[in-house]
Amino acid sequence: MLYGYGGNILRIDLTSGSVSTEPTDPKIAEKFLGGRGFGIYFLFTELPRGADPMGPDNLLIISPGPLSGTLVPGAGKLDITCKSPLTGGYAGANVGGLLTAEIKYAGYDSIILKGKAPKPVYIFVDNDKVEIRDASDLWGKGSLETEKILKDRLGEEFQIATIGPGGENGVKFACITHDFGRQAGRGGVGAVMGSKNVKAIAVRGNKSIPVADVQAFRKAARAMYKACKDSSGLQVWQRYGTAGVTTWSNEIGAFPTRNFSSGQLEGYENLSGEVMREKIVITDKGCFGCPSPCGKWSHVKKHGVRVEGPEYESTALLGGDCALTDIQDVAYANYLADDLGLDSISAGNVIAFAMECYERGILTDKDTGGIRLTFGNAEAVFAMLKKIAYREGIGAILAEGVKHASGVFGKGSEAFAIQAKGMEFSGYESHNAPSMLLSYMTCDVGAHHNRSWAITYDIQTGRDAVTPDKAARVIYLQHVRPLFDALGACRLQWVELGLDLNLYVPTIAALTGLDRSWDDLLKISERIWNLTRLFWFREVPGFGRAWDMPPARFYKEPVVSGPTKGKVMALEDVERLLDMYYEQRGWDANGWPTPQKLEELGLSEFAAAV
Amino acid sequence: MHLRADSSKCCGCRACQVACSLANFGENNPKKARLAIHPHFPDPGVFEVRTCTQCGTCAEVCPVDAIPVDKKGVYDIDPEKCIACMACVEACPEGVIFVHPDREAPFKCIRCGQCVAHCGMSVLWIE
Repeated sequence: MLYGYGGNILRIDLTSGSVSTEPTDPKIAEKFLGGRGFGIYFLFTELPRGADPMGPDNLLIISPGPLSGTLVPGAGKLDITCKSPLTGGYAGANVGGLLTAEIKYAGYDSIILKGKAPKPVYIFVDNDKVEIRDASDLWGKGSLETEKILKDRLGEEFQIATIGPGGENGVKFACITHDFGRQAGRGGVGAVMGSKNVKAIAVRGNKSIPVADVQAFRKAARAMYKACKDSSGLQVWQRYGTAGVTTWSNEIGAFPTRNFSSGQLEGYENLSGEVMREKIVITDKGCFGCPSPCGKWSHVKKHGVRVEGPEYESTALLGGDCALTDIQDVAYANYLADDLGLDSISAGNVIAFAMECYERGILTDKDTGGIRLTFGNAEAVFAMLKKIAYREGIGAILAEGVKHASGVFGKGSEAFAIQAKGMEFSGYESHNAPSMLLSYMTCDVGAHHNRSWAITYDIQTGRDAVTPDKAARVIYLQHVRPLFDALGACRLQWVELGLDLNLYVPTIAALTGLDRSWDDLLKISERIWNLTRLFWFREVPGFGRAWDMPPARFYKEPVVSGPTKGKVMALEDVERLLDMYYEQRGWDANGWPTPQKLEELGLSEFAAAV
Repeated sequence: MHLRADSSKCCGCRACQVACSLANFGENNPKKARLAIHPHFPDPGVFEVRTCTQCGTCAEVCPVDAIPVDKKGVYDIDPEKCIACMACVEACPEGVIFVHPDREAPFKCIRCGQCVAHCGMSVLWIE
């Protein structure tokens, strides 16, 4: 008995229409845990080398982790892995809600989609009953409407993931939406789902997740909930969620503003968590098992819509980066991105980039189809989201992401295309935050914050300091935080409530029956990180150090305003940071894991395939 | 005295249901929980929590007297006596007598309080 797991891997070949299951291999579970660990294991071992991310050979691997759906605070995280159409490398996107738990109750640890359906379909999973069903009537509809239709048709108990027009039209940063507003956002996982002609996945399960030692598990889990409930940070986090970060981020000059040219938006007070709570929030909405829900369900009266959020990241990119200062406009842009099926982070970043191009004269009214694409123009943001999703006019170029768009627009715009590895930066302006910048540079999907949210470390230890401890901190976070993505649980109880990591150890042991220390688990996380790195080398010709560098704006153009005005890093300091990082990771100067490191992690056989 | 809920505080996380199934069946499975959460999204965008009020309607309609009440006023279904006619499931005014394909007899809240202990939002209490 594989305790803590659903027990099966479900494979669906959309080309042939065949469905099969196999028992989850305990050896793989021990070596890669689950969630993103299973994602990269299956992607690395089963994706044909050099596969077209938008072609039938790409895999869409949907994996809960061992903690998903169990009595652990925040046990509601699901990993979706594929080869990224945005970057050409690895995509691992994470989504909360209830779907991950439901997949476990249906008895699965991964659902692996491959091939391409001949016509639009949705995947129907009801425990052991799996069907590929016609979705012709759903194609073309918004993500949110699609979910509602399927809930009405199948029943409230079904947990559903959908794509919107963005995913159907192959927008390279299209997302997958679940629970009316939670997204597997980054890296274009929605475009891959759309390329397979899969509009939605609906899952229901009613099986029990086997627990090795029920009484010990109950005791350990209860201690975790008690610690969360006793946390001094609980009340504020429950009230504002991630939006509570907005004010702080502006005060320290980390709020992406006008395409990362500044770290503080004038008028940011109108976007704060307090204003949001007062003006639009109507219900707190948590992921599975969450005592501290950051999800906020909002009623945006000005625009007549209901939306989940906006989360801090959406406010940062659709708000700050595009210089919108009305929370209702930001919330509406968030709604549009959700329903159109676009990652709000990349979408906001791409639009901000186009705004800067417009203000510099690189783009004209002719290019934009008459839209005055100036910072602060909310109507322009709404219009651009639709143009991107439907690939209309300039939207067809922006739909490829900011790296591609800057290549097309030229005229020096590469310097302010705010991306790494082809993925747009998320919500932390990092001119004066070396460990945060390094986090973006080295993140394994491209410039995303969730692997290492190190900005607080910069604040604590000095923002100008470029020292080895900064690299060490980034590496530590890149092992702890992705470990949560392998376990299928949320990290925010640890980050925001201060939940002791040691409380996870007995819980995981009682659940799985395997006695592992936190360091043992971190070693698995390091293995996952290094295998992911190997995947990049295998799939991206010429991959190496240059791919870990940020755009020139961060080392050539000082911040134009706000608390960090005038700050910029020297290029040699950026290079030095990277050197320190590689050395501490056991990688060579080009960012290759050394043979010794690979052997230490039990990855030598995988390296041979590269 | 019975389990009560302030639905306006519920975030829909279902920790209460998992705690319930672990306490009462020794299984990690919210589909075997003894309280209900009904999400109403996207419109109006609220959760509705349903709990057992120990009103005794189930016992009244049970044709085989399989739902005794204890000294504390808690009704429970005796699976040995139950004939699975589902009269109680249909009669329950709160819709909180549950069935699961693994189990022949329905099951209901016995006011153990485990859900209360695990709710982070202070939705639930016994009074």
